[in-house]
Amino acid sequence: MSHRGPDGSGICTGAGHGLAHVRLAIVGLSDGAQPMQTADGRLTVAFNGEIFNYVELRDELKARGAVFRTHSDTEVILHLYREMGEDCLTRLNGDFAFALWDADRQRMLLARDRMGVRPLFYTEHRGVLYFASEVKAFLAIPGFDAALDPTALDQIFTLWAPIPPRTAFRNVFELEPGSLMICDRQGRRSRSWWQLDFPDAGQGPPAVDEAEKAEELLALMEDATRMRLRADVQVGACLSGGLDSAITASLAAEMMPGRLETFSLGFDSAEYDESAYQAVMAEALGTRHHAILCRNSDIAESFPEVVRLTEKPVIRTAPAPMLKLYGLVRQAGIKVVLTGEGADEVFAGYDIFKEAKVRAFCARQPGSRTRPHLFRRLYPYLPGLQKQTAGYLSAAFGVGIGSPDDPLFSHRLRLRNTAGAKLFFSDDLRAQLGGYDAAEDMAAHLPPRFARWHPLHRAQYLESRFLLPGYILSSQGDRMAMGCGVEGRFPFLDHRLVEWAAALPPGLKLRGLEEKHILRKAMAPRLPAAVATRVKQPYRAPDSKALLAAPELVRATLDPGALARDGLFNPTAVGKLVAKCAANASPGFRDDTAVVGVLSTQLWLDTFTRNDRTAARAA
Amino acid sequence: MTATIRNAVRTFMIENFLFGDAASMPANGESLLDSGLMDSTGVLELVAYLEDQFAITLADTDIVPANLDSVDRIAAFVELRARRAAA
Repeated sequence: MSHRGPDGSGICTGAGHGLAHVRLAIVGLSDGAQPMQTADGRLTVAFNGEIFNYVELRDELKARGAVFRTHSDTEVILHLYREMGEDCLTRLNGDFAFALWDADRQRMLLARDRMGVRPLFYTEHRGVLYFASEVKAFLAIPGFDAALDPTALDQIFTLWAPIPPRTAFRNVFELEPGSLMICDRQGRRSRSWWQLDFPDAGQGPPAVDEAEKAEELLALMEDATRMRLRADVQVGACLSGGLDSAITASLAAEMMPGRLETFSLGFDSAEYDESAYQAVMAEALGTRHHAILCRNSDIAESFPEVVRLTEKPVIRTAPAPMLKLYGLVRQAGIKVVLTGEGADEVFAGYDIFKEAKVRAFCARQPGSRTRPHLFRRLYPYLPGLQKQTAGYLSAAFGVGIGSPDDPLFSHRLRLRNTAGAKLFFSDDLRAQLGGYDAAEDMAAHLPPRFARWHPLHRAQYLESRFLLPGYILSSQGDRMAMGCGVEGRFPFLDHRLVEWAAALPPGLKLRGLEEKHILRKAMAPRLPAAVATRVKQPYRAPDSKALLAAPELVRATLDPGALARDGLFNPTAVGKLVAKCAANASPGFRDDTAVVGVLSTQLWLDTFTRNDRTAARAA
Repeated sequence: MTATIRNAVRTFMIENFLFGDAASMPANGESLLDSGLMDSTGVLELVAYLEDQFAITLADTDIVPANLDSVDRIAAFVELRARRAAA
């Protein structure tokens, strides 16, 4: 666990409880050691993350008589909890996961931030509740046996991530984003303390002045960024080459003129590389820019470490280049970076939102020969799709069109295509799963008010509630960054901005097929035209091609004997899959998904369930 | 001849799309898209196979579900093309 906190460690135990902490020192460098206690010793907290509004909260608390002993944001949690109990969470603007022991009430409070930026896992073993930022901490529990949860594997092979609180580990759970848990003599109980919400579609869009909304957005973004620059160490910024990181970096550059360092990642394959746009942006901002090239071999070589850090199988290699990028950040001596994460969920930037709109549009005239061509416009970066005829585009994207009331309509195509990789599940695994349907399970987790929302808002909720915390912020975010001792900060996920954007009429987010309309209106004039007007290219990385660049890794991990022993996948089918991908210049979505998913699952088993788990526990 | 084509196409699909899992192969009249057997890349792989195996050429206008969305449709389409070529 020391990768998450290389700057210090502490432990605090008492009757019936204990807290241990490793620290990445960012605020209150000299006096922020944890676990931290109140002066009377009645409250103790171990905290991962940042409370960005700690300055304002500290001033408020001081005005009401609180006496602070440190300069750390951690102490704000203690004082605020003393005043408000667990309701203090609603006052925190931050990315946090913490455990707070209340000696007077003899209870432990676990809490997690609204969007799920910081992780918090728990398990119960022989009558003891254990919790930690990463599951690998539990491997040190005597008698704890890690085992893969087959239902979680099915969810990953359909939804990209387990449905919380489930994790890849059997009997290990995560505290859901925006939730808290109280553990005392009566037992443990969890509840949600914040939920993403949207207006009822039936209300009709409110009359809004677009220019006024753009001004509001700019003010919110400026404040969200300003707060996220608070640190007693230098803060950098990532530049992906896209609009979102350009916005956060440009705001940061204005607020710390001449001092911002930026970081970016390039690929040796033109299909994935965005270096040209990154360079344009870095030059426009005048930052000290650091760039690193990621090759296929880098992805393959780091993949076992990536799986050790994600702690769950993944179906994309995209976390691996992020690990390289965050390694570059750390090498430059930077511990904190701003990124553009969250903008695509909050302002409807992803292709899946447009795709759902076009699918619904095509459904109105099923025989149309022209409407299906819109699908080509959605995916200009996918060469295989550009070659498709209108007839096939229409048929291929027609999934679920007959059921517009289907709550998962926007995601049906992705779910079906991803689940195609379950073809490689063994007969035994299929028998264990019975008729389990991960998509229907996800639908069962939707709130009753979901049905009242506009279709775009439903799609945004699905992305924000499931993929964002389960994969984007986790496998591709926190786990890769913290693996290098780097903290990512995300202005677009400031809860004030999230709530403000959720209340906007859908047309201010997705106007026609222009994504993030209001964001462009508010921010584009401040950016170079080449970046501001660029067609969105989602962050992607080479998948099976990259992994097959390490034939020894693939051969050893996907050895037919090992696959047969573990019993999750069909060894013959996997062998044929690998041979096909090795011979094919551009494998399809399903085959790529399967190679990455099967390989990462086998690596997960190797790392966490074999007898010698020393490597998994190691820093 | 249709039966021969049908068998060849089924064998190709079982090997190339199902990696040997014959039990998951849709019935000859069943939609390949609805069954999830082929993704967008799969259609292109199928076209390349048909052109190589049966010495025919498919124009863009041929690549439509009406011709290729089931084993039966594929077999009928290929046979028609082969007859035309022979005539």
